[in-house]
Amino acid sequence: MYRIKLENVNALLGAIAAQNDLFTPVKAGGKTNFTLWTEDTEVDLQTLKTVKSPKDVFFPQSETLYTCAKQDGKTTISVQDRCNTPFVVFGMKACDVRAIDVLDRVFLTEPVDSYYAARRTMGTVVSLACSRPDTSCFCGAFGIDCAAPQGDVATWMAEGYLYWLPQTEKGEALTAQVAALLEACQEAPVEEVKAKIREICDRLPLKDLELSQWGAQAADANFDSPLWEALYQPCLACGTCTFVCPTCQCYDIKDYNTGDGVQRYRCWDSCMYSDFTMMAHGNNRTSQMQRFRQRFMHKLAYFPANNDGMFSCVGCGRCVEKCPSHLNIVKVIKAFGKEEA
Amino acid sequence: MQELIVKARQLLESGEVSRVLGWKKGEFEYDPEPAFFETAESLDGFVYNGFCGANLSKYMIEAGKKEGKTLVFLKPCDSYSYNQLLREHRVDREKAYIIGVGCKGKLSGNKLPFEGILKVTGADYPDAQQTLTVQTLYGTETVAYQDAMLERCHVCKGKEHVVYDELLGESCDTVDADRFAEVERIEAMSPAEKFAFFQEELSKCIRCNACRNVCPACSCRKCVFDSTAFDSAQKANTTPFEEKMFHIIRAFHVAGRCTDCGECSRVCPQGIPLHLFNRKFIKDINALYGEYQAGSDLESKAPLTSFTTDDAEPGVGRG
Repeated sequence: MYRIKLENVNALLGAIAAQNDLFTPVKAGGKTNFTLWTEDTEVDLQTLKTVKSPKDVFFPQSETLYTCAKQDGKTTISVQDRCNTPFVVFGMKACDVRAIDVLDRVFLTEPVDSYYAARRTMGTVVSLACSRPDTSCFCGAFGIDCAAPQGDVATWMAEGYLYWLPQTEKGEALTAQVAALLEACQEAPVEEVKAKIREICDRLPLKDLELSQWGAQAADANFDSPLWEALYQPCLACGTCTFVCPTCQCYDIKDYNTGDGVQRYRCWDSCMYSDFTMMAHGNNRTSQMQRFRQRFMHKLAYFPANNDGMFSCVGCGRCVEKCPSHLNIVKVIKAFGKEEA
Repeated sequence: MQELIVKARQLLESGEVSRVLGWKKGEFEYDPEPAFFETAESLDGFVYNGFCGANLSKYMIEAGKKEGKTLVFLKPCDSYSYNQLLREHRVDREKAYIIGVGCKGKLSGNKLPFEGILKVTGADYPDAQQTLTVQTLYGTETVAYQDAMLERCHVCKGKEHVVYDELLGESCDTVDADRFAEVERIEAMSPAEKFAFFQEELSKCIRCNACRNVCPACSCRKCVFDSTAFDSAQKANTTPFEEKMFHIIRAFHVAGRCTDCGECSRVCPQGIPLHLFNRKFIKDINALYGEYQAGSDLESKAPLTSFTTDDAEPGVGRG
């Protein structure tokens, strides 16, 4: 265990940025999101949840796959380079770190997504324990401990210090890069912080979210439930829930006409959109109820069915806060709990 | 709130309406959701309080396709949206029973400057107080009702409903700001400042389309941004230009039809003040064609869809 005074955190970030691209939470236009750090950046470690999750550091909302250009009657194709610069994401919360495990299941199984894999190889995650969990948080329901986040390095803020604990080889390597700024210390203050955080977690209103109606078996059991018809009604069919979600991983591939060629890019897609998975024969989900059902069944039934029971919700609560109609996964989970009770 | 439930129950039980469109209790007190109620019993979940900001008029497009009449509760500003939809033949007046419901200003959970909100008291009607007491995980706080109000309520269009079958409940004056002050502030900026302002705000856009989908003026059956036939990608801003293009095209498309209901800004997850685009157009329309409030009536000619020889010419009389 190491520590550094909070007032020196900027120096620490500077030292990290000297050898790596660095992404930190930054407040801009009143909202905090993960952004590339520069010397002028004022890092925001107080805001609990960034609007967008940091998933787009590994899986960008939009990325070019290759470009074609036509010149003098010849067409050239240039494939986008894979990420080859080491980078660090600083300040990821426990839920968002778990979300990377979910994305790994999708992108690192065969056929491996080489764009994502390159970023996973080059990226180091520095997590930060949640000093002040919020009412909308329910990571505990998925067995996540926001007092002791995973990640290559875990950090805690307490008593004017940032505590720093390398947890993997990558974490050790990063620690070595910034060793001059860190001092070795006892673990006792961190244990105190953890206890305080867990005490708050015990008072969270959604902590006992009952998931027994969900999991692999729910794929058949819940699909035809009449509850969906009532649940989806206020849904505006926007993509807010999917775009703020740390685990939503669906994407579309599109061509952009650059004037003298084509830029093929992929971008996040949303199962809430009417052209999601549009195929030559049309769309296999023709109503908003079906699209709405897909999102929750994917997270709570299909994903666990294909991934040893692992849910693809991490309880970050962003959808709880951001849905324009105040719909969210919690209401869906609870609605089915009631039905069986 | 009770009188709304009593009325809704009466109309449902008498068979005059087949369903009720209102708001349902949420997970917390500050997150009621728009909801259809089909039975008298289900009305137990009905709620009407300071957090019922959602404008229900757009849901009436779908409700109009269902059997029978739908009872809908519209706040004064919502009724302008409904009227505008009526004008555009998007809703069926015959299939709506409209109760104009009183409004004392609407709140936003996001505007409460506290973490870990457990309980909010003071937001209920009819006993709306001037102060909200907010119980949080980290202690009890208070905030003036006014300070947690949505932006649109500070520049409220007034207490009158422009379309209704009957009225229930009273409304309050909530205006304490000039509707065009922020537009004027931006107009006064240098081009570089303006660019920086919009760059900062619009670069937050995640293209979730919440602003479009909630907008009562955005009622096209197929949006150009949903078409696979164009390069107008709906899901990501491929270039910094696109993040502006989407919002500016949308603002142009609803110009002269936008009632300034403020839903776009209420729902934006990134807190982009999208209403400013619309309000700039409204201000310019007022200046060029005379005062006009979209949705205020069904008869008057809309400024951008009628031509007179006195019309301002492009480039004339503009700042």
